[in-house]
Amino acid sequence: MHSTAQWRKNAFSMTENSKASSRPTVADGTLSAAIEVDRLVKLYKQTCAVDGISFTLPRGSITGLLGGNGAGKTTTIAMIMGLVLPTSGRVRVLGHRMPEQSAEVLGRMNFESPYVDMPMRLTVRQNLTIFGKLYAVENLADRIARLADELDLNDFIDRANGKLSAGQKTRVALAKALINQPELLLLDEPTASLDPDTADWVRAHLERYRNENNATILLASHNMLEVERLCDRVIIMKRGRVEDDDTPDAIMARYNRTTLEEVFLDVARGRTNGAKEEAR
Amino acid sequence: MSELSLHRGISVQRIGAMILRYWYLLMSSWPRLLELLYWPALQIITWGFLQLYIAQNANFFARAGGTLIGAVILWDILFRGQLGFSISFLEEMWARNLGNLMMSPLKPIEFLLSLMVMSLIRLAIGVIPMTLLAIAFFHFNVYSLGLPLIAFFCNLIFTSWSVGIFVSGLVLRNGLGAESIVWTLMFAIMPLACIYYPVSVLPAWLQTIAWSLPPTYVFEGMRALLIEQTFRADLMLDALAINAALLMASFGAFLALLRSARKHGSLLAGGE
Repeated sequence: MHSTAQWRKNAFSMTENSKASSRPTVADGTLSAAIEVDRLVKLYKQTCAVDGISFTLPRGSITGLLGGNGAGKTTTIAMIMGLVLPTSGRVRVLGHRMPEQSAEVLGRMNFESPYVDMPMRLTVRQNLTIFGKLYAVENLADRIARLADELDLNDFIDRANGKLSAGQKTRVALAKALINQPELLLLDEPTASLDPDTADWVRAHLERYRNENNATILLASHNMLEVERLCDRVIIMKRGRVEDDDTPDAIMARYNRTTLEEVFLDVARGRTNGAKEEAR
Repeated sequence: MSELSLHRGISVQRIGAMILRYWYLLMSSWPRLLELLYWPALQIITWGFLQLYIAQNANFFARAGGTLIGAVILWDILFRGQLGFSISFLEEMWARNLGNLMMSPLKPIEFLLSLMVMSLIRLAIGVIPMTLLAIAFFHFNVYSLGLPLIAFFCNLIFTSWSVGIFVSGLVLRNGLGAESIVWTLMFAIMPLACIYYPVSVLPAWLQTIAWSLPPTYVFEGMRALLIEQTFRADLMLDALAINAALLMASFGAFLALLRSARKHGSLLAGGE
């Protein structure tokens, strides 16, 4: 079991390495990165959704992707997943180029997003069975039983997905995202529309999952408390660019603020007071 | 779902998972099951009685008994085969589940193979009762066509899959705004495939187009069998060759449209 502080330290020792020498990669054995994003650009006709961003996430880290609506978070995650093709730049996931080598990694990663649903007429158990088979999960019945226990699904596991509450659906979506025990978990607004109790419960589960499996988690969120609690590192995006990239504590110190929410408002309203230059 | 990894092995387990997904859906929804039975039954009863009426009043149709009912059944194999394929695909769009599948290890070829199996299952649910109604009401037994029926069926189902694959690619690329193509594209083929009349009825320039469509060979073959009691194997082989080219072209088009969808971010949008 690792503390959040230890994870933050590990995460940033890698960042320092990457600044010190040529880019470390999984291929040359110098570093085991979960995600490497290099000068990534996405243009939709005349709109630049993502504008040359670069970052590297070490394995076992939890990173928050922050930014207002239209900042480019979802497009960035979609390019990491291979759902959207970059206009230029490069993405490597678990050491493999995306999307060219996606077949090598899709079984080792998973995701949850408000942009997708699970079939409504199928029961929770049926949905998990199908996704378990798609991910070639061994001992699938045991895995579903374990997830049902861990995520408290037993009361409604044989109910149709469409008849669940928002909180129950989120837990089911999380169970689907964890069905293959992914090394890399991409989450887009994982606690959106949840009541505070359920949201807190989901966060605790994600933290436990990371600690027990050394999994890497990248999450896009508008919930600053969530990011402060969960993340070793925060990447703030604005208009498709990385505005800041550091530990939550370092970012708050740089902006002379006590919460990430205040930092978020400063960035959104352009009140950086030199913090942006310092970050560079 | 990586379109760039076709050289790797196809997983029967993943195809089975997708078939199971659609089976669960069918079994959970009686309106979906009823719809599969409803339209084919309505078709055969309407056209069957029309055939009876015409046969009583026209010598040619009295001699060529069954050509109309046979054509209705074979047309339904073509049309329902494509619908069975495309509706299973649309179910993923309606359920907003496509992103989950695209992000899973499921490959496009496996996805398409599962849709093909589902089109056969849905077709069987709709068309087998239809053929039994034809026997009961109109004494037309399509199974008495024997082995040629297999050749007719294979060629029609291959064409239906080609159209289904192409249309699914269009919906993938353009969203549910393109959904109406699923229901209407096959009807564009209908007049040229010469379902109810021989190719010779068409003007010469349209005949050239008609002979580029595999169903035309099947319906000509059916008429040859029912009217002249001759099985035209040459027509079936020609249709098979065109079908092979169509299937390859439609699969290529699907991959190109999938790539275009990724480029334009359509897979995230999903809606209209």
